[in-house]
Amino acid sequence: MSSVAVFSPKASHGRSTDWLQAWLPKLVLAPSVVIVLVGFYAYILWTLLLSFTNSRFMPSYKWVGLAQYMRLMENDRWWVASQNLLVFGGLFIAISLCLGVLLAVLLDQRIRAEGAIRTIYLYPMALSMIVTGTAWQWLLNPGLGLDKLLRDWGWEGFRFDWLVDPDRVVYCLVMAAVWQASGFVMALFLAGLRGVDPSIVRAAQVDGASLPTIYLRIVLPSLRPVFFSSLMILAHIAIKSFDLVAAMTAGGPGYASDLPAMFMYTHTFTRGQMGLGAASAMLMLGAVLAILVPYLYSELRTKRHE
Amino acid sequence: MNAMNRLALAISLAFPLVGHAGEVEVLHWWTSGGEKRAADTLQKLVEQKGHTWKDFAVAGGGGEAAMTVLKTRAVSGNPPSAAQIKGPDIQEWGELGLLADLDEVAEQGRWDELLPRQVTEVMQYDGSYVAVPVNVHRVNWLWVNPEVFEKAGAQPPTTLDELWAAADRLQAAGYIAIAHGGQPWQDGTVFEDLALSILGPEDYHKAFVDLDEEVLTGDRMVQAFAALKKLRSYVDADAAGRDWNRATGLVIDGKAGMQIMGDWAKSEWTAANKKAGEDYQCLPFPGTQGSFAYNIDSLAMFKLSDEDDRKAQEDLARTVIEPEFQQVFNQNKGSIPVRLDQDMSAFDSCAQKSMQDFKQAAQGEGLQPSLAHGMAASSYVQGAVFDVVTNFFNDPNADPQQAARQLAAAIQAVQ
Amino acid sequence: MSDVSVAQRRSSDVLLPPGEGGAKRRMRAMSLSRLAIHATLILACALYLVPLVVMLLTSFKTPEDIRTGNLLSWPEAFTLIGWIKAWGVVGSYFWNSVMIVVPAVLISTVMGALNGYVLSMWRFRGSQLFFGLLLFGCFLPFQVILLPASFTLGKLGLANTTTGLVLVHVVYGLAFTTLFFRNFYVSVPEALVRAARLDGAGFFTIFGRILLPMSIPTIMVCLIWQFTQIWNDFLFGVVFASGDTQPITVALNNLVNTSTGIKEYNVDMAAAMIAGLPTLVVYVLAGKYFLRGLTSGAVKG
Repeated sequence: MSSVAVFSPKASHGRSTDWLQAWLPKLVLAPSVVIVLVGFYAYILWTLLLSFTNSRFMPSYKWVGLAQYMRLMENDRWWVASQNLLVFGGLFIAISLCLGVLLAVLLDQRIRAEGAIRTIYLYPMALSMIVTGTAWQWLLNPGLGLDKLLRDWGWEGFRFDWLVDPDRVVYCLVMAAVWQASGFVMALFLAGLRGVDPSIVRAAQVDGASLPTIYLRIVLPSLRPVFFSSLMILAHIAIKSFDLVAAMTAGGPGYASDLPAMFMYTHTFTRGQMGLGAASAMLMLGAVLAILVPYLYSELRTKRHE
Repeated sequence: MNAMNRLALAISLAFPLVGHAGEVEVLHWWTSGGEKRAADTLQKLVEQKGHTWKDFAVAGGGGEAAMTVLKTRAVSGNPPSAAQIKGPDIQEWGELGLLADLDEVAEQGRWDELLPRQVTEVMQYDGSYVAVPVNVHRVNWLWVNPEVFEKAGAQPPTTLDELWAAADRLQAAGYIAIAHGGQPWQDGTVFEDLALSILGPEDYHKAFVDLDEEVLTGDRMVQAFAALKKLRSYVDADAAGRDWNRATGLVIDGKAGMQIMGDWAKSEWTAANKKAGEDYQCLPFPGTQGSFAYNIDSLAMFKLSDEDDRKAQEDLARTVIEPEFQQVFNQNKGSIPVRLDQDMSAFDSCAQKSMQDFKQAAQGEGLQPSLAHGMAASSYVQGAVFDVVTNFFNDPNADPQQAARQLAAAIQAVQ
Repeated sequence: MSDVSVAQRRSSDVLLPPGEGGAKRRMRAMSLSRLAIHATLILACALYLVPLVVMLLTSFKTPEDIRTGNLLSWPEAFTLIGWIKAWGVVGSYFWNSVMIVVPAVLISTVMGALNGYVLSMWRFRGSQLFFGLLLFGCFLPFQVILLPASFTLGKLGLANTTTGLVLVHVVYGLAFTTLFFRNFYVSVPEALVRAARLDGAGFFTIFGRILLPMSIPTIMVCLIWQFTQIWNDFLFGVVFASGDTQPITVALNNLVNTSTGIKEYNVDMAAAMIAGLPTLVVYVLAGKYFLRGLTSGAVKG
């Protein structure tokens, strides 16, 4: 990490103010550094430690080595949860991105009621996952929700029971999560589109490129940083969507819609399997690390060369 | 509304009173209509003794959220006065050295004489009382809508075979035979009743309290799983995730014939202005007559440093055992009092029958702890069983033999 | 709302084909595609609105009406029973949330702004590493930190206090607030700051005189984001607040997630609306500032 000193602390002041000016930025950052080191990393280390113990009901420090990880590997439910996260996270991020980009591009075409429409797309983000989960659980509920609505409207044979189908329930989670977050992605991209340099687009038009081509080939690729931000926020939501599962399916039917965050929570706090819960948390973090760090690194590097 | 006003009053009173009388903070998940009324009664009685009640209700998933809160409170060194903890989990908390000794209160109140032995054992850690029992629920009930049964030409069942026969009739007549909600604890409740019916109380005890591997993988456990699979065919397709009270609603509305559920289901019938014995029938789950699978709610008391608060805590423990509270609370909650000397004349016929069965079962082997409600084994064994049972229940191709093996393996894994 | 100009530039001014020869044919193709665009946008609006409409309709129905009708059936008679009952249950917790949200949002925003300033304008050895560590923190599942955090709060004597809860929100909101400000300040020309520096302006003077005035849009983004996050938080609220200081989301959960007793969906939905109202209002009223802030680079790369 080469340091980029924007200011060299040399000025025509006395030595003490010099010293203060040099140290002030570090002093200002210090509380946050402490917070991050304690509030994030010390706690992660502590969890790592617990994952090597046989902690059950409450933390204990009896060392068992990798036994908890072995048990996790043999745990059927953990695999269901991990697989669900892959399906859920992948679909959720992909669909939200596509939908968000599409809506942003369409909204960018001089639409009259843009402000109102934008608000409508964005409002789900204002609601808590608990409210979203409750509302969607009801909407998708066979016998009460859409199912009944369409039959009442005369579509006799209509049947929509994904919420109670162990193989499909995870798609219900995707639906609710996309509904909540895609508007936010739209807002990010709309903001990005407004920042694109018009002369690039004009040049392409002079060359005879059609609108979709301009967007696909020129405009969207220039929004790489927006993709990055969206991806960060979406991944953040996907990994943490504990509230959504809790409110919508509670992991059911059976444990078909379990997610790692839910697994970790249940085992740590309600099942008295704290060691196992800690091990699952570490694996989750490890997975995030593996995906995120290379990406983060490259993004931060390129930023500095700008 | 009324309850809220009282709560608001309690909150506004809390501040000037601090320092004079004690304060009890009670962590519980009695938040629904009948339960809330029951909890308010307790609050009122404690306040009459001059103490302050600090309500700490955390709803959700049979106390899952509340347990999380309790653990973090304990870790921060600041537990509430009392918390709704039950069964073997009381032992876990006792082992951590966090629970207060109630022996003095128990002696004054003659708990040893008033409460059945099976109950007092659960309430004690290392020979001392650390928790006070609030009520006794019976889990192995079958709730029947007689009108639907009559229309379908079905007979109220007393054996499993009769249960299947009745279910066939109901289904043929176009009803949902068995109203069920597909949540792990409900699946577990049904499985537990089937196991109690097929294994009998002695082997049930061996399997789920002693965790005897031979019984867990034995033929009759396989039969119990096979029965669960059969039962699945009488449940409607939309059951997954349904709350138990909505399942009860199906029986009340005459869409379904019966429901397998503990006696808290009664509060739904009562709320719908139905009369026990007339509009609905409560039967012991087929094949479990004479057995009583119990689920005891209790308040465990935590060690406190403040002397006034400690007094308030003791008064809380006393109040809970008093007949006045026992009657009001249990009438609202559908359960029966823990005191064997309670006058039952004000209770309905289901509760009276429950009390009678309870006393009888307590004499022999019939009184068994409920597995699905955390009375038989610790929460980790319970969780392991739930995983296997609910997975089996939701998999149409599941094999009972394999499930029994998985059950034993899962229990083994968490030991 | 439609007159709100969030853009420095109306993109379509440029993207419309230059109206020269063959304009008529192109115009017809244009209007057809514009029709398709409008249709798609309106359809999407309808889909996004369905859950809200259902919740609103349900909250005004009687329980009987809910049982017999369907999702989108009009209430037979509008009744406020659900709302009155819901307010009776969750109303008193509403103010608790306000007491928690206001300080937590303000503190975390101030800290985020200062952090972002240092991380963009006063970089030093290790500051990038710190930023990376902070970003990774965004992905920490909060369930992991419940126990150690409550242990720490207990040691600090802040267990079950509103202060403790505010502290927790500040700590775990820091990653995002810092990210917002840092990304905005990175886009500010360094020359601007360098000139001030040469004039002898100090650390805080530069921040207060030059950067702060231009960060209004970013501050709006940060405030809105933090407000939404903290107002909607359930996990920290249920764990770190006790009894009568609990935030409204906990009260909502107590109402909705009660597994026993009669389900009054109208009350549930009304309570959910009450709990969601402040954030909804903020998004509707301040949405334009939000987008303006995003435009000015708060969340850009």
